[in-house]
Amino acid sequence: MNRIYLDHAATSPVHPEVVEAMLPYFTQHFGNPSSIHFYGRETRKLLDDTRAAAARSIGAKPNEIIFTSGGTEADNMAVIGTAEARKSDGNHIITSAAEHHAVLHACYELEKKGFEVTYLKTDEEGRISLSELKESLREDTILVSIMYGNNETGTVQDIQEIGTILGSHKAYFHSDAVQAYGLASLDVNELSLDLMSVSGHKINAPNGTGFLYVRDGVRLSPLAFGGEQERKRRAGTENVAGIAGFNKAVELMITQRESRVELYRSFRIKLQDVLKENDVEFLYNGSSEHFLPHVLNISFPGVKTEVLLVNLDMAGIAVSSGSACTAGTMEPSHVLTSMFGKDERTRSAIRFSFGYGNTMEEIEKAANETAKIVKRLKK
Amino acid sequence: MHTRLNGKTPEETRVVIGMSGGVDSSVAALMLKKQGYDVIGIFMKNWDDTDEFGVCTATEDYNDVIAVCNQIGIPYYAVNFEKEYWDKVFTYFLDEYKAGRTPNPDVMCNKEIKFKAFLDHALDLGADFVATGHYARAAFNGEEVQMLRGVDNNKDQTYFLNQLSQEQMEKVMFPIGELTKPELRKIAQEAGLATASKKDSTGICFIGERDFKEFLSNYLPAKPGEMQTLEGEVKGKHDGLMYYTIGQRHGLGIGGSGEPWFVVGKNLEENVLYVEQGFHHDALYSESLTAVKASWISAKSVPGQFTCTAKFRYRQPDMGVTVNVKEDGTLNVVFDEPQRAITPGQAVVFYDGDVCLGGATIDTVFKNGEPISYL
Repeated sequence: MNRIYLDHAATSPVHPEVVEAMLPYFTQHFGNPSSIHFYGRETRKLLDDTRAAAARSIGAKPNEIIFTSGGTEADNMAVIGTAEARKSDGNHIITSAAEHHAVLHACYELEKKGFEVTYLKTDEEGRISLSELKESLREDTILVSIMYGNNETGTVQDIQEIGTILGSHKAYFHSDAVQAYGLASLDVNELSLDLMSVSGHKINAPNGTGFLYVRDGVRLSPLAFGGEQERKRRAGTENVAGIAGFNKAVELMITQRESRVELYRSFRIKLQDVLKENDVEFLYNGSSEHFLPHVLNISFPGVKTEVLLVNLDMAGIAVSSGSACTAGTMEPSHVLTSMFGKDERTRSAIRFSFGYGNTMEEIEKAANETAKIVKRLKK
Repeated sequence: MHTRLNGKTPEETRVVIGMSGGVDSSVAALMLKKQGYDVIGIFMKNWDDTDEFGVCTATEDYNDVIAVCNQIGIPYYAVNFEKEYWDKVFTYFLDEYKAGRTPNPDVMCNKEIKFKAFLDHALDLGADFVATGHYARAAFNGEEVQMLRGVDNNKDQTYFLNQLSQEQMEKVMFPIGELTKPELRKIAQEAGLATASKKDSTGICFIGERDFKEFLSNYLPAKPGEMQTLEGEVKGKHDGLMYYTIGQRHGLGIGGSGEPWFVVGKNLEENVLYVEQGFHHDALYSESLTAVKASWISAKSVPGQFTCTAKFRYRQPDMGVTVNVKEDGTLNVVFDEPQRAITPGQAVVFYDGDVCLGGATIDTVFKNGEPISYL
């Protein structure tokens, strides 16, 4: 079966050039970057080079980058690490109901420890209200965490404007930019961000890579203790080969970003056009103006998400719902629930996400196959 | 078997099998795969039992399904029927207890979930058949698909499948019906299946290993009351009528000399549990019953009167009966011999030799031609 992978927002294939860049770091340059000998110096150089490249990619300084195992660790570090470090400054955190679980569940954990969290609702496009954010800000607010682009819907928040609103408020401003990093030009100074999470495996680097940007002077309690790696903020021997891959992936990402944005924009238009040509009833879930081009969330009224996903898989098309699973079964997506409630629209949604390797032919085929299945199921 | 495939080969025939993570459905999936079918394993999540540490037996069971499917080489998915299960099975379960009867949730689960919601789901996935790991057989006799007892007399589960219709039977496969449990375990072990040595689940699925009383008390208020003999002699206190079933011996806590005591009836209005002494106490015996919600496996019309054998509870030997089908579809079932501890709410299931004919829900129990007032 010729399979089509349209789930790049979940994870993406590692680019062959990335694999190639990693290989020497498994067998040849395998030293521990903390070691004082030649082997250590070799990999330490890689670490420094990658740190500089990562910093450049977001307008930061190299010492503001902490390598992590990915987006979840970066989000946890940002939310829990700053809350712990600023306990004496305040007790209040603001985030949104549509955040990734890595932020939401970290906030739930903080609530158990006595912190107070405000979860901003989203409108039908998945955007938070800036006036509600302003009203929620309190003297004791120590952190505002709002994701850049949503992993389920692609909806982009007005991060720059939020940064302006926060202005001289003492609250730190964190953004989960895991989905956005590969496709949006991000500058932490323009966006007035204090912290930002990035993951490698969404940009064709291997799983287990990523970083947290932490602005100079931001206080952060470590979550892991041990060696003095990452300026004592993240103990543990670095994932050297992964970081070598991440370095290459960042380089590729920067050179290809604009062309990819164009390509994915044409994919999303094509996919919807084909559905229309097939007279399939569907609803676009997301923002018409503010979106990441690689995520396309669509509801097919009258068709259940899990039935559609399984049928698509059996037809060789890999997509997802973006929602959490318990024992393999789907709970209604919290992101769509924040947009539409737990109604039919939420329960009939699937997410297509585009990435490296996808072709227009694949998109057309996937759309036609989806139309065929939806029509069969609605009979 | 292949006469049921409508001219398709096994390879062209998609069979969606419900997998619980137990050894029976694991072997059922393996048998289908060996027979060459296009097999898809599906785990049904019908109940959420997540505890305060986030541990959920469904997750453990699903992990077993994944392991087995990977060993066999079939794709696997899961489907959530928690809402359907709650609405159709659990609500019925509680309502029956409230009405003073003893429900059979497994019968209802097969009728409403496994062979309805799940069957519909499987058809949506392009299934030609659904399969389950029940000890029963589906056999085409040239005209219809009959339900036959599982070859393992000890394990036969047709009692729980009595409400299936011909329409459902046409879509059903029972791959392990020809096996005995020891044979099945051996197959699982020889294939090295991850579930080969897994303990069989016992009791009502959503209660699992938990204490039945404690579980039920979370949903229904327990009203303690008196235990009396039918003559009105007070013998002690009961914890709530719903915790007792007809013929039950254990948990009464009546001391003294002589034979043990047994539950013989309930008075819902007065909240009294009737008890009498002796396993064979006359009050436990009855001669006939009426049953409602009769359902027949065959699509052909049933005769107005016929003789056959019947089971009044799971794993009980068959008893000879005469069945009269009334115009409104209710049944009058007369026993060849008086029967002990017939329990309203339970299923009465009919057999002709190995063929399961269908069944109904026991409503009223009679002795000397009169309804037994204390049941």
